[in-house]
Amino acid sequence: MTIEIVEVQKPLGEIVPAMVDENGKMCGFVHSFETGAAVDGPGMRFVVFVSGCQFRCLYCHNPDTWKLHNGKQKTVDEVVAEIGKYAAFLKMTGGLTISGGEPLMQAHFVGEIFYRVKQQYGLHTALDTQGFLAAHLDDSWFDNVDLVLLDIKQFNPERYEKLTGKPLQPTLDFARRLQKMGKKIWLRYVLVPGWSDDVDDVEGLAAFVQSLGSIVERVEVLPFHKMGEHKWEELGMKYELGDVEPPSIELAERVRDQFRARGLNTY
Amino acid sequence: MNAPETNLQINAWRGFKEGEWQKKVAVRDFIQLNYTPYEGDDSFIAGPTDRTKKVWDKLSEMLKAERAAPGQVLDVAADRGTSITAFGPGYIDKDLEKIVGVQTDAPLKRAIFPNTGLRMVQSSLEEIGRELDPKVEEIFHKYRKDHNSGVFDIYNPLIRACRSSGVITGLPDAYGRGRIIGDYRRVALYGIDQLIEFKKAEKAETDDFDFTEDTIRLREELSEQIRALGELKEMAASYGFDIGKPAATAQEAIQWTYFGYLAAIKEQNGAAMSIGRISTFLDIYIERDLKEGKITEAEAQEFIDDLVIKLRIVRFLRTEEYNSLYSGDPTWVTESIGGMGKDGRTLVSKNSFRFLNTLFNLGPAPEPNLTVLWSPALPQGFKNFCAKVSIETSSIQYESDEQMRPHWGDDYAIACCVSAMEVGKQMQFFGARCNLAKAMLYAINGGVDEKTGKKVVPGFEPITSEYLDYDEVMAKYDKMMDWLAATYVKALNAIHYMHDKYSYERIEMALHDRDILRTMACGIAGLSVAADSLSAIKYAKVKTIRNEAGTAVDFEIEGEYPAFGNNDDRVDSIAVYLTESFMNKVKSHKTYRNSLPTQSILTITSNVVYGKKTGNTPDGRRAGAPFAPGANPMNGRDTSGFVAAGASVAKLPYEAALDGISWTASATPDALGHSLADRVNNLTACLDGFCNATGFHINVNVLNRDTLLDAMDHPEKYPQLTIRVSGYAVNFIKLTREQQLDVINRTFHVKC
Repeated sequence: MTIEIVEVQKPLGEIVPAMVDENGKMCGFVHSFETGAAVDGPGMRFVVFVSGCQFRCLYCHNPDTWKLHNGKQKTVDEVVAEIGKYAAFLKMTGGLTISGGEPLMQAHFVGEIFYRVKQQYGLHTALDTQGFLAAHLDDSWFDNVDLVLLDIKQFNPERYEKLTGKPLQPTLDFARRLQKMGKKIWLRYVLVPGWSDDVDDVEGLAAFVQSLGSIVERVEVLPFHKMGEHKWEELGMKYELGDVEPPSIELAERVRDQFRARGLNTY
Repeated sequence: MNAPETNLQINAWRGFKEGEWQKKVAVRDFIQLNYTPYEGDDSFIAGPTDRTKKVWDKLSEMLKAERAAPGQVLDVAADRGTSITAFGPGYIDKDLEKIVGVQTDAPLKRAIFPNTGLRMVQSSLEEIGRELDPKVEEIFHKYRKDHNSGVFDIYNPLIRACRSSGVITGLPDAYGRGRIIGDYRRVALYGIDQLIEFKKAEKAETDDFDFTEDTIRLREELSEQIRALGELKEMAASYGFDIGKPAATAQEAIQWTYFGYLAAIKEQNGAAMSIGRISTFLDIYIERDLKEGKITEAEAQEFIDDLVIKLRIVRFLRTEEYNSLYSGDPTWVTESIGGMGKDGRTLVSKNSFRFLNTLFNLGPAPEPNLTVLWSPALPQGFKNFCAKVSIETSSIQYESDEQMRPHWGDDYAIACCVSAMEVGKQMQFFGARCNLAKAMLYAINGGVDEKTGKKVVPGFEPITSEYLDYDEVMAKYDKMMDWLAATYVKALNAIHYMHDKYSYERIEMALHDRDILRTMACGIAGLSVAADSLSAIKYAKVKTIRNEAGTAVDFEIEGEYPAFGNNDDRVDSIAVYLTESFMNKVKSHKTYRNSLPTQSILTITSNVVYGKKTGNTPDGRRAGAPFAPGANPMNGRDTSGFVAAGASVAKLPYEAALDGISWTASATPDALGHSLADRVNNLTACLDGFCNATGFHINVNVLNRDTLLDAMDHPEKYPQLTIRVSGYAVNFIKLTREQQLDVINRTFHVKC
């Protein structure tokens, strides 16, 4: 009898293996905390910015989070305790958002934080991701995530790859999977003049988002800004969008109207 | 003190619920029995009428001329010392105004107040190229002494040395102490004639007391109060009103109350001349007139708009030195709005909305200093309206009613920025503040001033080690604070003795009960600098760099330290300790008139001046750099966001700082949410959260930094741009360039 070797198609990219510190406590790399964020999910959010990302988006305003070791090693216990200081406030007004970097790169660490925060404080939780690595994770991983802030950075695959350095398809697959799971999403789209303002590209994305149906609670069109430019310089890297100006109000409204025209709740 | 009801009262009090307030002065009792809590939203509110717009436009032109005038002073009446009756009536537009009265005989024309200090009057006049009338000079040189001269007769050399080195700054020894709130509502409710009768009865009760120094002073004060009430009546008569009788309509109630306040600002140039808590009181009269069909909502709003126009043009003549401490010509016409009653009903009325609505009807403005007494229990409609006003005007501040009500009841008001006092039953002796950061340098350098090299404090040995040791610094700092507290209280006792003697607040105190609570309101500046410095010494290594004389003039920090403002107990506990410790040191001294010692953590804009007068500090702050204002974390060090910064500030115990704890927070509109509705929700949630965390005060600015930068270059485009700085708001374009830069350099919480 011959053994047929089935080649399982391995998802792109890699998730960092689970880490423990010298005391055997699960840990990960955290870039920073933000305690008063109002635009990263519903209400006031505690945001954990973890480090590490495979994307190299040209407009990234946090290039100092790209490498895992840009962050400080912290245990899950430490992170949860820090969130705990604000639990009463967050319970009343918002919740926890984990952003990055790309949180799914440290999915073991991030998943544990979500689990613990749900168990201990019952907070609303949001995951801010581009979804590239999601195929590595079981559906159950998302049980402790109430909302996904899904970044789709372009809808044209070529331009997507030019802008981010990685392919688009895993993100779209993830969106479809969220639809099946019935997981709520806020779609986020950074509007960069000359890079993501093409009428047809936006139209394509809007149609796709519309097709996701009722899981889409909001679309947020985020005007590109250059507040991160200095970080590129500090890291000795060339900032390629130095000549790009933030979009005009008119342009931002045009793009928002394209989403609104499809009945999407757009900001 | 029973008084028979007169026919005039029967008319004026028609329809009001009867109570104790009819037999004695009891305004709170009147309010509680008669006010209508309002739980709704802002949908009833009326916009400005054409008349209001006309008056405001006319005044706007005058304000423009004022900004262009030398020293931003349009005109001065330098020919006479001011008093309640020194000037005839003055108007913006006599035919159009619904509420009348200005400080002199013309709007924006400033008076001089020689009683507090002739020298100050002379310097402020010289600075704008004006001269004092020789007659006034002669009076004060030959026949009369002023407050300022009295104080300097008492100061000892050490107090003078502390004053000039800047370890104690801003003492009200040459200007009016202010922060006294007359209960101006009494004028409307009772009328002057009845108030004089009540005062006479209060005085008669002391006829049989032993005539000790205290009684003699009290009896003289009561006589002065009665005289002042008579002058107030005379002043109102010059405008054509008989305020001997109680107010019978809403318009009269507003006018009478304003006349009471106007008399106070005609007679006193206190740093802060707050108006109290009048909105819900006045609402009772407005509600009655609305019910009787006498007025419409638009007219009610018109009265309040017109009152607020008057409150926007309160002016005093100041020196440049004063302006550097209290920048932007503030007068702290603080009106306290909202709050909850002891019985659980909200004290929000429709008139609470009308006052806030003036910021829309007339545009943003720093004065009156509208202060919302916040509680999570406030009606949602009011909370949302407040948040909307903040987001669109950056003109209001919030203080925790939950913190204050247990101490001061439910009829207190804020004087100045953060000083709560029960209206008509409590006053304070304002004591500016001392510099805790500089005191630490004195501890390290054995009392030698790091800027001048002079020995300021005798009897202290310097630290000589290369690296600072936490325990050694703390031990010396503790002794230095002992010394500072002792010297500071001496200065304050001298000031307030002389202020009572030479510049007594006759009319404001006439609108108080006879027997009141007095507080001695001390203050500290540089708390976050001091706490961070100690944190650096404790958690990092701090190396001293000494000059040839051996004075530590700079510090090198090796390693990192937790900074105040990140909700980190390691350093926050140091800030709490310093607050409690300094308060206890002050309390160990005898205070003038047995006043209750309190303190504030508030700097106004003097954080810039304090910074200028303080050398390099062990936290890494450079010599001359501004301190953070009030209880704020140092600029840029609160890196964990708005909520963590607020949590750190909220740990400072109100019990050890009963005169208030000020926090100023600035956020960009984008950082609060994507839509106005999101922003309103998020801001109200933050205010509730801060209040629940035992936070005390927050100035909310919602602004883009770019707007401020543009306003620096093009002030003409932003005549009404208002920003909260530290317990008050300013017209941004009236700040000095240095102050503007300080505001711009403060931490802005931005979208990340």
